[in-house]
Amino acid sequence: MVAKIVETAEVRHSEVSVDPVTLDLIESGLVNAREQMDAILFRTAMSPIIREQRDGFPVITDREGRLHAGQFGSPVAGFLELYEGTVEEGDVFITSDPYACNGAISHCNDWLICMPVFFEGRVVNWSAMFGHQTDIGGKTPASMPVDSTDYYQEGIIIPPIKIISGGELQKDLLKLILHNCRLPEWNGADFNAIVAACRTGNNRCIEMIERFGEDTYLTALDMLLERNYRSMRKLILDTVPEDKVHFEDYICDDALGMGPYKIACDLWREGDKMIFDFAGTDPQSQGCVNFLLSDQMFKMFCAQFMINMFDPDILLNDGFFPLLEVRIPDGSLLRPIKPAAVNGRTHALGRIFDIISGLFGTSNPDFLCAAGFSSSPHFMFSGYDQNNRWFLLMQIGFGGVPAKPLGDGSDGHSLWPKFRNIPNEYIEAYYPIRVDRFETIADSGGAGFYRGGNAVRTDYVFLRPGVVSVHDDRWLTYPWGVKGGAPGARSKKVLMRASGERIVLPSKADNIKVNVDDKLIFETWGGGGWGDPLERDLDAVQYDLDCGLVSREGALRYGVVTNDEQEIDLAATESLRGEIRQSRGELRLFDFGGEVGELIETCQEQTEQTPPRPPEFAQQALAQRA
Amino acid sequence: MSYRLGVDVGGTFTDLFLINDETSMAVTAKVPSTPEDSSLGVLNGVRKICQEHSIDPKQVTHIMHGTTVATNAVLTGEGARVGLLVTTGYEQILHLARSWVPGGLGAWILFNKSKPLAPMKWTRGVDGRIGADGEEVVPLDENAIEESADFFEQAGVEAITVAFINSYANNAHEIRAKEILSNKLPSVTVSTSAETVPELQEYERAISTVVNSFVKPKVSGYVKNLSQRLESEHGDVKLNILRSDGGLASAEVAADYPVNLLMSGPAGGVSGAVWIAKQAGFDDVITFDMGGTSTDVALVQSGVAQVRRETVIGDISVRASSIDVRTVGAGGGSVAHVPELTKALRVGPKSAGADPGPAAYNKGGEEPTVTDANVVLGYLPSSARLGGDMEISKELATEAVRPISEMLGLSLHEAAEGIIRIVNENMFGALRLVSIEQGYDPRDFALMAFGGAGPLHANALGVLLGAWPVIVPRGPGVLCAAGDATTKVRDEASQTFIRSFSKVGKNELLERLRGLTAKASATLEADGVTDDEQEISYQCDVRYSGQALEITIPFEIEELEQQGLDAVSNRFDRVHEQYYTFKLDSDKEIVNLRAIAEGQPPVVGADHIPAGDTDPSSAAYATQEVYVGGEKQTATIYDRTKLRSNDVIAGPAIVTEMDSTTLILPGHSGEVDRIGNILIRPNSSQENDGF
Repeated sequence: MVAKIVETAEVRHSEVSVDPVTLDLIESGLVNAREQMDAILFRTAMSPIIREQRDGFPVITDREGRLHAGQFGSPVAGFLELYEGTVEEGDVFITSDPYACNGAISHCNDWLICMPVFFEGRVVNWSAMFGHQTDIGGKTPASMPVDSTDYYQEGIIIPPIKIISGGELQKDLLKLILHNCRLPEWNGADFNAIVAACRTGNNRCIEMIERFGEDTYLTALDMLLERNYRSMRKLILDTVPEDKVHFEDYICDDALGMGPYKIACDLWREGDKMIFDFAGTDPQSQGCVNFLLSDQMFKMFCAQFMINMFDPDILLNDGFFPLLEVRIPDGSLLRPIKPAAVNGRTHALGRIFDIISGLFGTSNPDFLCAAGFSSSPHFMFSGYDQNNRWFLLMQIGFGGVPAKPLGDGSDGHSLWPKFRNIPNEYIEAYYPIRVDRFETIADSGGAGFYRGGNAVRTDYVFLRPGVVSVHDDRWLTYPWGVKGGAPGARSKKVLMRASGERIVLPSKADNIKVNVDDKLIFETWGGGGWGDPLERDLDAVQYDLDCGLVSREGALRYGVVTNDEQEIDLAATESLRGEIRQSRGELRLFDFGGEVGELIETCQEQTEQTPPRPPEFAQQALAQRA
Repeated sequence: MSYRLGVDVGGTFTDLFLINDETSMAVTAKVPSTPEDSSLGVLNGVRKICQEHSIDPKQVTHIMHGTTVATNAVLTGEGARVGLLVTTGYEQILHLARSWVPGGLGAWILFNKSKPLAPMKWTRGVDGRIGADGEEVVPLDENAIEESADFFEQAGVEAITVAFINSYANNAHEIRAKEILSNKLPSVTVSTSAETVPELQEYERAISTVVNSFVKPKVSGYVKNLSQRLESEHGDVKLNILRSDGGLASAEVAADYPVNLLMSGPAGGVSGAVWIAKQAGFDDVITFDMGGTSTDVALVQSGVAQVRRETVIGDISVRASSIDVRTVGAGGGSVAHVPELTKALRVGPKSAGADPGPAAYNKGGEEPTVTDANVVLGYLPSSARLGGDMEISKELATEAVRPISEMLGLSLHEAAEGIIRIVNENMFGALRLVSIEQGYDPRDFALMAFGGAGPLHANALGVLLGAWPVIVPRGPGVLCAAGDATTKVRDEASQTFIRSFSKVGKNELLERLRGLTAKASATLEADGVTDDEQEISYQCDVRYSGQALEITIPFEIEELEQQGLDAVSNRFDRVHEQYYTFKLDSDKEIVNLRAIAEGQPPVVGADHIPAGDTDPSSAAYATQEVYVGGEKQTATIYDRTKLRSNDVIAGPAIVTEMDSTTLILPGHSGEVDRIGNILIRPNSSQENDGF
């Protein structure tokens, strides 16, 4: 820790015995505090990305920055490791620089606020939260230029600083920051909302100390870490084999015409320790798709996956951290060297979930989930409205949730916790745009015993001239299916000009000029299927047919034959299923929809896009590796 | 002589509360409920109370009724076959909902979404489009609606919802579609989204209307049936139904918009609590209604329950005003368990429910529940009657709790106390939600406990919250019936009207409000509440331009006329700061306007009980060993019916009555007031600060 904590009280707390019930009371108190922080944020934030879509993440940590309540890992630890300065009572810190906090946040749009919780002169906790700012300046509206080659092109970068010092808001500093943003009112309101939420976390911690006593409370925090360590240790010993498993997946392209980029990971166990080694991952990109993956965040993702799979009763904190070791090569796509561009990190971030799923599933096929909607496709539209007011809409789309051992993947739902879609009536009321279609795409979910979730199609009709950006992935590689399940459909973006001209857009593109009555057809991707589609329950197929989620043609993938009324023909179905069983080969554990070489070969024909050329990696990354 | 009657149908008993209009005094009665057709129980009750008090049934002029018919239809999924007509391109509106997967990171692994209340196969899209400004973009395809009518008829749907995009701005297309459908299918009820909820947000409007359609045939049938039977026995009697927002509506209006009745049951409890609290001299109360599977809490300030613009039922959230009742899945039947890996103590959300119920009930339940912990600790003595002739087995309760104590390495009594403390903490969470988190200090409130298990846990929650006194009214069942009978007739009319403060004209606002007033007022007029008996109040939902939250701000029409929106603006800033610790310089905007029309509440006094001399010993009938804070103590058990006003009961003590048991902890005393409430307070002021 470089940060120097300045405390006015010398007294250290002493360890006391804490009964198990009090321990549980304190644990649930911490969880409640985090939920209250969320509630305050969503109600008071102003940007749709936080208030409607809920892109903000609160945590409560102990004095050392170890997480006690939260979902995306502790950002405080990374901040404390690198912050060169003092931490004093009444201070509140802000940063948006991923490189200055060891990737606690992963692009400069995320503003991280850290608030030390002081009790009688000593730091007892941290209350912290980061939230996605819609715009932070830079060369494109929404500050995520797909063609950026270093992070200085991506808007204002805030180093770790005291935005509130000794209780005093540094107004000039805030003014300077907001002056660099295209929608300063949103940033200002969202900043206030995050600080208010952190203050709530702060107050809840103090109340608990007053209620239970400082010694009991602080001892309990340590005991909770210990309890988590013990239960995760047992879980690891029970479920993770010592043999090495390998899994790899891809980011399709980097918006500079190169791709795909490989993310590879080996997982094995040594004693009670799990080791994740990303040695086979490609070097960092010259473009924006790098993802500075913090150890904390990755460990938390893994543990969340494990408890959801194996034992949802466990409440997570950082106690299990010593049980996981993460090895990521410097200069790789997942550990780029400053000042590599990082704004397009959402694709690699999302793909990490598929990697985790693939690794655990390979070692425990009973718990294998398919690949799914592991990214956040962005849609941005900006311009001047009928009153000549500049507007910017940024929206995160959703698609097919993967099929999993417990059932079908949901159609058009979010894999991110808390996230929701923005009501179309809200969009139409506040932006010159009309949403003519908002539905899931039949047959886009991978066929399987359990069906992958369907992708979403949204038709945007523009009512004013403006500029559009789309950021998506999985247009070249497939969301894979498992255990005989088929992959989900890939994504596609098509612009229909008012003149009738049809333009297939690249998956990642900025500065697309649109005019009145042009229409953007925005299609996300489906979830992979799970298990043998020929074994799928016929009632389930009939339901999907009745609902229009699967077409008559799509039903054939399940070996299901229907008549003109879309009713299942039992005899024909039985015989078709038999034929397919005969002719098909052995069912594979993973179905990637083809090797990368094949996908490149068929790219032009199937996706109507130029295939990417092999990546030329950034010089500094190669130098680092040599 | 005329009477008005409140009736509440519970799971086990139907309670009645009869008010004499002249003397304003009330009497009560209780009969078994008849789950197969709850109107039978109601009629039995009415007969019984009339006979017992020698009243001619024809003298009962008004019957006020809280019902859970709508609630149960949604919870059990047994409602109408609903067809849904939407704008082309939005056929999957219910299926997509808000794309939200409940739970934390990775929760999708466990999530299986339930099927929409209006099945997708009975959903049809038709061309026709209104823009966000209310202008027609594409004309309505009337032929397609005719075809849809045929389709719905073939499918055998019993109710239809029409929900078109932007109908909140202009509902001409919805109205036209309703005309066509109603003409072709006269026997099918058609609900339109903008008439049901004239507010922005297509999914929320559609689901609210679908819920309305889903429960409508059931509710209409029930109300019609009940009215007819009542009329045959009582002649001309006016039936009112209690709405979720705590107001009464005529049976006809209630049956048309049953989406407003989903919280009718809890609303009765809160209304009853408000009435009892007033009688006892308290205006600021937090209500705490703990049953077998869940606990409902609400906050009442200055005698008025907080209302919010949302009703949550199961995993569905609809846009309908309801008393802001927060529910946690914690009750007497909540099951305790210790997960293998963590060895943590968890209570709920699983519940043993009524069947098999807690182990102590000896009906086959084996899992340790909160009730079992209460039995082990002696809080629930075997002499307690649980609203019937259920026997309590301490032995079975002990057997159920013992494994928990073994897994935790605690003594039996420590484990049982742990279960109680954890479940209290869960309920404390809900109590915080309605108080501290809304900017209210619970120490300024009294805590009113009811429900089967509420009075057992209320004293402990008073300690956690610092809310004193803890009020335990007599006969928790009759509380809801009292609430039904003592509340006001109410209707509200609202409209989405998004305008920024800096741009909206005063006259434009006044004109809208006149329209809304006329609408709400007409409903009451139709109910026989004349103009001069009506009280009209106004609200608007306000936010800083761009925010998601809307805070409901009440205002006077005179204020608006004189100062424009300044008063509303200042009030909003103040409330925002109170809730969220900051305010902004940003422009504000109105989101919804609302006019509320209310009739006068009946003035009713509660029955006084005989006065005593502070010594309750004549009501004492036994003693019982109880464990509190790890110590064994002896508690006196009292018979509630024998207590007199002014009696002071020293804790530890247990007070039993027919359908509930009250626990008074050591260091606390319960004082009986003149209407029979027990008011529990700490003996020393130190206990005053709860949290």
